Amino acid sequence: MTPAVLAGLVGAAVVGLGLYGLIVDPQPLRKLLAFNLIGSGVFLIFGIVARRGAAAGFEFDPVPQAMVITGIVVAFAASALAVALILRLSETSGGVSLDPAVWTKPDDKGEKGDGQ
Amino acid sequence: MNLLPIIDVGLALLVLGIATWTIAAREVFGAVVGYVVYGLLLSLVWVRLYAPDVALTEAAVGGGVTGVLLLTAGARLRSGGGKEAGEATGLPLRVVAAVLSLLVALGLAAVVLFLPEPPATLAPEARAGLAATGLGNPITAVLISYRSFDTMLEKIVLVLALTGVWSVAADGAWGRAPAPIGRMAPDGALTLLTQTLAPLGIVVGLHIFWVGADAPGGAFQGGALLAAMWMIVMMARLAEAPRIDARWLRLALIAGPAVFFLAGLAGVAWGDGFFSYPPGFAKPIILFIEAFMLLTIAVTLPMLVAGPPSKGAGR
Amino acid sequence: MMGATTPGGFLLVLAILLPVGGVLLSFVLGGRFAERVALAVTPLGLALALAIAAGVAHSGQPLVYAVGGHPPPLGIALRADGISAVMLVAAALIFAASGFYARAKFSTPPGVAESRAPLTFWIMLQAIWAALTIVFVSGDLFNLYVALELLTFAAVPLVCIDGRPETLAAALRYLLFALFGSICYLLGAALFFGAYGTLDIALLAQRVHPLPAVWAAAALMTAGLLAKTALFPLHLWLPPAHANAPAAASAVLSGLVVKGSFFLLLRLWFYVLPGLPAPAVGAVLGTLGSAAILFGSVLALRQARLKLLIAYSTIAQIGYLFLIFPLASGAHSWSADGWSGGVMQILAHAFAKAAMFLAAGLLAESLGHDQIAKLTGAARKMPLTFLTLGLGGLSLMGLPPSGGFAAKWLMLRASVASGQWLWALVILAGGLLAAGYVYRILAPALGDGAVALKAPPQRGREAVALSLALVAVALGFAPNSFFDFIEIGRPIVMGTP
Repeated sequence: MTPAVLAGLVGAAVVGLGLYGLIVDPQPLRKLLAFNLIGSGVFLIFGIVARRGAAAGFEFDPVPQAMVITGIVVAFAASALAVALILRLSETSGGVSLDPAVWTKPDDKGEKGDGQ
Repeated sequence: MNLLPIIDVGLALLVLGIATWTIAAREVFGAVVGYVVYGLLLSLVWVRLYAPDVALTEAAVGGGVTGVLLLTAGARLRSGGGKEAGEATGLPLRVVAAVLSLLVALGLAAVVLFLPEPPATLAPEARAGLAATGLGNPITAVLISYRSFDTMLEKIVLVLALTGVWSVAADGAWGRAPAPIGRMAPDGALTLLTQTLAPLGIVVGLHIFWVGADAPGGAFQGGALLAAMWMIVMMARLAEAPRIDARWLRLALIAGPAVFFLAGLAGVAWGDGFFSYPPGFAKPIILFIEAFMLLTIAVTLPMLVAGPPSKGAGR
Repeated sequence: MMGATTPGGFLLVLAILLPVGGVLLSFVLGGRFAERVALAVTPLGLALALAIAAGVAHSGQPLVYAVGGHPPPLGIALRADGISAVMLVAAALIFAASGFYARAKFSTPPGVAESRAPLTFWIMLQAIWAALTIVFVSGDLFNLYVALELLTFAAVPLVCIDGRPETLAAALRYLLFALFGSICYLLGAALFFGAYGTLDIALLAQRVHPLPAVWAAAALMTAGLLAKTALFPLHLWLPPAHANAPAAASAVLSGLVVKGSFFLLLRLWFYVLPGLPAPAVGAVLGTLGSAAILFGSVLALRQARLKLLIAYSTIAQIGYLFLIFPLASGAHSWSADGWSGGVMQILAHAFAKAAMFLAAGLLAESLGHDQIAKLTGAARKMPLTFLTLGLGGLSLMGLPPSGGFAAKWLMLRASVASGQWLWALVILAGGLLAAGYVYRILAPALGDGAVALKAPPQRGREAVALSLALVAVALGFAPNSFFDFIEIGRPIVMGTP
């Protein structure tokens, strides 16, 4: 079992775990955590693609690794934005719920005073 | 050296175990701590995949800075008194989710294990172009030369994310500073730790940036470390987060992408097209761009964690 | 050579760098400079888009640019073909209209150096423009991933720019759906790279074979992009997000942002994978599209608020877009019609929907509410606004003369010629339902009754909304050369079902 094969299995497993957490946990912060987990699994898949690309005297293919670095930074930025929304929602409404029934009734009477 | 496969398998099992804990933990705090540990263990996996640059980035950004972000979020949620949406998910949904996740994981594992042979790779092309850039680290070459367009856009993504974070502030709070990270009053032990650790961290961060041209490292990794040091200083209340309308802050935040942007435009003059470098003079330009990227990353990441401006910040 | 730079290719880089530079300048200068920079960028962006279209038309070939002098597979190639060019021009026009419209609402108040909502709006508007430009011209799947993230981060804060809890919840749900989409897309890209060692669209098209990895990658990327395009059943996030955003933002969100991810689906299935035998894909996507048309239209009929009705109408009209998959695949005699119809639908809907959201915004500002029940007689007081709604509705219904009619006519022709009668029935049913919800808006307004206007609508903004609706109608008169133009650069594979 080379590290690459192991990492591939771990990556797939982590994606599955994250998906389970995403579906099952209602709290937005836990969903965000699950997203980060799935993301790290996807990066591991990139990682084994990079390791398989060992050639020309390199132990790895640098292009997928560079993509992972970019991806990690972008994923962090996404988490920061999501956290800001979650915190602000919690401040203004006293509870963080994404339950659509609370916020969007299909036959909403328009009483929320849309002045735009 | 028959120990290595056992260590590898052990590491893999540990990583899976911590990941399971992260999903299964009852409280947000436990889950986030689990995620930070997971990030650190994952960097070891990256080292075993011959990816030290990624390992550094994962440890610093994926584990470290994301961990601070989520811990701060959890703390602010709790202290705000908000109820966490509490109904537990019913068993039928759990079963469906478990089956779905299992299928996805198995399918993905199968696809990944049976990718076509021989493996397709860009390593030879990367090697061939390395001499023209004068760099020794092929990943830096990919990030700042071959696919520099991606990297510049990614810096814009960071600026956008920060603007988005700032935009959820209350109207009256605009222009002020974000609320302090952590509400601790200046504390003797934390102050001592910070005063010892921060200078060291700064030196190490700068070093990692500098050697990134020829060895594992670079602007992202060094910048993340510098960002972590500034966050520690802010958490120890030895310095406060700046006002978001401070001119120096705005300049620092766009310095990286702006210099990259201008260098990209200049490529028409000194190279063969946008985002190219003059042959023989590439390395100094690349280091120049990376220096400003370092500044921007070191300033952006803590501001992303600090959050939107707040009325209670008192400034 | 495929990735070699063509003359005129540099325009593609300029088209991207212009709004990017605008974002950077707006951020650092701040305050009311952000608005000025955005409005200065607008005509320049339109000029670049027209120049690119002229370049493609003149050479009859796509414009290509290898960024950094590194052609694929190592570097990134930008590639603008016929559909890229028309989307760039359409986007420039809609951004110009939204920007001009939004000046009244998002100006920095006098006496204040910088204000939250205006700064956010003008930065995000330019960022969406930059992201969409990259989506339309990039030829590299990872570059497109970064563009998709840029698009999401720019669109989400616009949804909650007014700070109400409902809009924050809508924005958060939008962000979570979008992140789910991005992760699926990224995983698909990883598998493509693992299989072929490149993410360049043209190179992948040459190398693609029916492997499990390729099927998985295609499925994942498609799923991710479907979530971002809000195709039924992944549409839940769209109505609250688009209905509660400010009108200028909704116009851009419904008119352009959802078309960005759809554009990538076209790139995936018509440019990367046309060599793959996949007849089922057209059927599946067409079925989901049909469900979206029917479901979205029925829900639109039940809405009490005008902006929610228009948002559900977007869901229905997006369904029409997906009929392009069964109707335009392969090299049959009807494929060109299917392709033309689909592209025309993108354009006609973009202009019509943007016009309707801007008009709805004017209505809500003048009346103080957007409840359909209370619109009786409003058309007398605001004739231009209701003319805009009427013309936009004309295009949505697919009545001549309008771009919507041209689109549906072409799709009907293609489905009849190919013997796929089901889609023809769906298109006709959708047209009837659209007539229903457009009637719901217009009938009471045209009737007798008096409404009190809080403030008369500004003529300039009404004219802007009307001009977009007129473009939607003018598209119905598109000459044959237009349909030839949008075929430039499209790979056509013989013998694929």
